[in-house]
Amino acid sequence: MLRDITLGQYYETKSKLHELDPRTKLVGTLIYLISLFMFTNAYVYIFAASFLLLCVLISRIPPTYMIKGMKPVIFLLVFTLFLNMLFTPGEVIFTFWKINITKEGVKQALYMGARLTLLIMGSNMMTLTTTPTRLTNGLERLMGPLKLIKLPVHEIAMMMSIALRFIPILMDETDRIMKAQLARGADFESGNLIKKAKSLVPVLVPLFISAFRRANDLAMAMEARCYHGGKGRTQMKPLKYRPADLLAYLVLILYMTAVVLIGKYL
Amino acid sequence: MERDKSKLKLAADHISYEYDKSGANRHKALDDVSFEVYEGEFVGLIGHTGSGKSTLMQHLNALLKPDQGTIWYDGQDIYEKGYDRKELRRRVGLVFQYPEHQLFEDTVFNEVCFGPKNFGMDEKQSELSAYAAIKKVGLPDECFYHSPFDLSGGQKRRVAIASVLAVKPEILIMDEPTAGLDPKGREELMEMILSLKESEGLSIVMVSHSMEDVAKLADRIVVMDKGHIVYDDEPRKVFAHYKELEEMGLAAPQMMYVMQDLKDAGFDVRTDVTTIEEAKEEILRIVT
Repeated sequence: MLRDITLGQYYETKSKLHELDPRTKLVGTLIYLISLFMFTNAYVYIFAASFLLLCVLISRIPPTYMIKGMKPVIFLLVFTLFLNMLFTPGEVIFTFWKINITKEGVKQALYMGARLTLLIMGSNMMTLTTTPTRLTNGLERLMGPLKLIKLPVHEIAMMMSIALRFIPILMDETDRIMKAQLARGADFESGNLIKKAKSLVPVLVPLFISAFRRANDLAMAMEARCYHGGKGRTQMKPLKYRPADLLAYLVLILYMTAVVLIGKYL
Repeated sequence: MERDKSKLKLAADHISYEYDKSGANRHKALDDVSFEVYEGEFVGLIGHTGSGKSTLMQHLNALLKPDQGTIWYDGQDIYEKGYDRKELRRRVGLVFQYPEHQLFEDTVFNEVCFGPKNFGMDEKQSELSAYAAIKKVGLPDECFYHSPFDLSGGQKRRVAIASVLAVKPEILIMDEPTAGLDPKGREELMEMILSLKESEGLSIVMVSHSMEDVAKLADRIVVMDKGHIVYDDEPRKVFAHYKELEEMGLAAPQMMYVMQDLKDAGFDVRTDVTTIEEAKEEILRIVT
């Protein structure tokens, strides 16, 4: 049931993109996201989409898998498209009942759709090719300078990695509990909103209990290994930039320049 | 094994199932599996971790839908349009592994009432059937209004089994009911299951790792390995393949090994012995 949600889950395979330093990928994703919001220009979106396609090809993730990952956000996407289409004033193309569809509205909706799709796929690209541990590791290093203003960077990164680690576990657990309650005749689908919300109690109570139990066990296990925060902590595999990362940064600079040029002159 | 076909309750008909169909770790959990349950019989389902037994079990009451093949219950295809799958879940009661993880109500009694109420029994009927179910699993009276979370592991397990029994299933399926219990809790639970089998006339399917438990209780043993059913026969005949079972990471009951050793040492004993009682008789027969 819940297993089908692939949004942001690491996809295990070997590729050049998987091997890149997580910092490179974080910065790359950030640059990609910025590039999507700089111009409202069809050519920029086409260029950004081809860049993403290139990344997908390099990453060896099946394109169908990427598309399946969009499933959970399709509702949001369609909703935004409709709102944009219906409520943008301008030159009317056709009228349906009391609703005016305008030329600007359609244009706006298309741009918005392209932007959102690329945005989600782009950030998915990062999480699909980077394990959560490496991702938070990269984040911790990137945020390193913030330690100077007394920000508990290590603790934030640790919390994030624990949260990420627990998502699939709790998802499996929810699946199991739902099935077990279904076997006892629970019904999660029929009835109105209030009845549906009530029917979730038999799932949420055991889920919370199990989450607390797991958190307790984890805290105990960490203490047993003498974990006491980030100070003086070393890593088994410290992050290190390699030639491939340099190349990636170069590609990113080229990409950004191209986006700016296309946006300005086309 | 020859069986009376008119007593056939549940049949899985050449079912296959694959996990994570488009993902990176796609694998076939069931591959062309056929499996039958007859009225009043006790089936032991054994297999190594990941052999597909839990997946098979979840197919039997329509929690998972097979990619190929179908399930028949009382002569009806459960995936036919309009088939009442909720009613099927009442008739085929499923107790998951670590069922204590699904407890949520404030008292044991309410917990056991959850099932009957869901299946449309009225207040009084639910309470009566919950009461009977709690009695059947042998929980003491003072437990009725305790919180299920305050009970011991073995007692929680009983509450969970009672909550399935309360809906009056025709087939009871249990996934490793004794997993994680101490020897005493294990022993008591096995005795309770045995008494259920004798007093209720229920068909029982028990998934287990423990050969001793299965050998003691089951009329028939089904062995799974890598998504296939390898053996489906009387315990004695299945355990005769103990060498193959070992290759699958399973083992025969310990008594079989004892008898085998005795035979190798020159005693003229039968080796198709599965339980301690049988072994005792056989050894006494030789000695006297």
